[in-house]
Amino acid sequence: MDTAILVNLFYIASSILFIVGLKMLGSPDTARRGNLLSSSGMLLAVTITLLDQNIIDYRYIAGALIAGSIVGYFAATKVKMTSMPEMVAIFNGFGGIASLLVGSAEYVSGTFDNPAFLGAIFLTVLIGGLTFSGSIIAYGKLSEVISGKPYLYKGQQFVNGILLIAILFVGINMLFIQGFISSEETLVLLIVLAFILGVLFVIPIGGADMPVVIALLNSFSGLAACAAGFVILNNVLIVAGALVGASGLILTNIMCKAMNRSLANVLFSGFGAAPDATSESTQEQGEVKPISAEDAYLILEAASSVLIVPGYGMAVAQAQHAVRELGELLEDNGAEVKYAIHPVAGRMPGHMNVLLAEANVSYDVLVEPDDVNPVMETVDVCIVIGANDVVNPDAKDNEGSPIYGMPIIEVDNAKTVFVSKRSMASGFAGIQNPLFFKSNTRMLFGDAKETVSTLVSEFKG
Amino acid sequence: METQIILLIFVLVLSIFLGVELITKVPSTLHTPLMSGANAISGITLVGAILSSGSSEIVTIILGTAAVFFASINVVGGYLVTNRMLGMFKKK
Repeated sequence: MDTAILVNLFYIASSILFIVGLKMLGSPDTARRGNLLSSSGMLLAVTITLLDQNIIDYRYIAGALIAGSIVGYFAATKVKMTSMPEMVAIFNGFGGIASLLVGSAEYVSGTFDNPAFLGAIFLTVLIGGLTFSGSIIAYGKLSEVISGKPYLYKGQQFVNGILLIAILFVGINMLFIQGFISSEETLVLLIVLAFILGVLFVIPIGGADMPVVIALLNSFSGLAACAAGFVILNNVLIVAGALVGASGLILTNIMCKAMNRSLANVLFSGFGAAPDATSESTQEQGEVKPISAEDAYLILEAASSVLIVPGYGMAVAQAQHAVRELGELLEDNGAEVKYAIHPVAGRMPGHMNVLLAEANVSYDVLVEPDDVNPVMETVDVCIVIGANDVVNPDAKDNEGSPIYGMPIIEVDNAKTVFVSKRSMASGFAGIQNPLFFKSNTRMLFGDAKETVSTLVSEFKG
Repeated sequence: METQIILLIFVLVLSIFLGVELITKVPSTLHTPLMSGANAISGITLVGAILSSGSSEIVTIILGTAAVFFASINVVGGYLVTNRMLGMFKKK
């Protein structure tokens, strides 16, 4: 049989492994096997590709494969779970730059008489480039090398418009004119413009909106691979890339829904940068009632149902292990303990779930807002640890609030609410939180980890 | 050539619909592993990278080899970190 046919049959097999693997990743019981299936699909695709008869020299391939695998191995096994958002961001970026390089390699060695081929290269380089630089900026924001604040400037729309026109011009030159500038110059210019686009795309977006950006960049890394599939006319790249593109878009959509905002609003509004948002909080706020950890313990000891609501503050304080210990002690004390996780809590989709899993919290005690809100009145104590905007009652009560309409965890309906918070500074979005002033709210000021540890030692002592 | 492109577009459209149907309802517990697992799959561009770096032209080899390097970080790192995370998800 012809080798090309055989190779393609194996590509179909690995596509099936990707599809089934991705399907299984959607359910907790099968997820790990799903990941293994999809990785065996990858191994199959790579092995079969290595048998290609057009490959002249294996030395570079082998060297790069081994070097990349070693870097990937150490990155994956050494990374702390709290650094997972940065890790996912940078991996997205590597996928993007790889596609960009594939597109460039084909462009350099290709012919220039086929607009479909050139169009595919244009898209591969553009999407790959913006995925790369966008992911690097996201990485910088998440690891706080650069400020996580949304960055807006005058004339932003104008600059973006100019950039898009420039990209369009380069594209037209690449596909149809060829000669306005040389082919090498066209490629370099396109790469530079794609990088700038990626930077300008992520830089205005604030830290709290990062879950959306990461999910979207994830989608882009798939689309870049998909476009590369059209460059080298390869089915498995198109199938796998499209699957990733679709799953990333679904996640993006879930994140946007969890904030009750459109994707365009997240990308272009620079949420939290608007200073006029705070001036609206002129209404009667009442008094903040602090409580000591010792007194909080007495209330917790009497509670028969406790709901823990973690947020980004728990990740920053690395308090997840202390939180798990507190949860176990409460259970031993006879209380029913659940954890309510808001989809956009933290800096990436599922951030809180990963941290709690690392601390050995069973995933069946993690509940979503829709499950817990109807029974909130029956909860004796809600402990909010480092979450702010996702528990802000203004989202349902105050039409003037910038987060009005966002689905929240309605902790204010619980009998008692403890809020562990560093200080009275407002949340990421710069919005006052009336929860702190409610009559059933008590503030536990201080570092989340220390506060929770004090509670734990009270239980033990 | 044209028929092949049409065929590939056909594959693309079906794959997108398949992807959307495949992952409509995901519990938030799995959002991160799904994302990093999908990200590892996007490293499939490694296949293209290998073909490029096996060429005989020097510039293509350089670009292709760099692509193999980045894509294999993406693939190996992505799958391992997903596996590590999923290993932590336990039910009592």
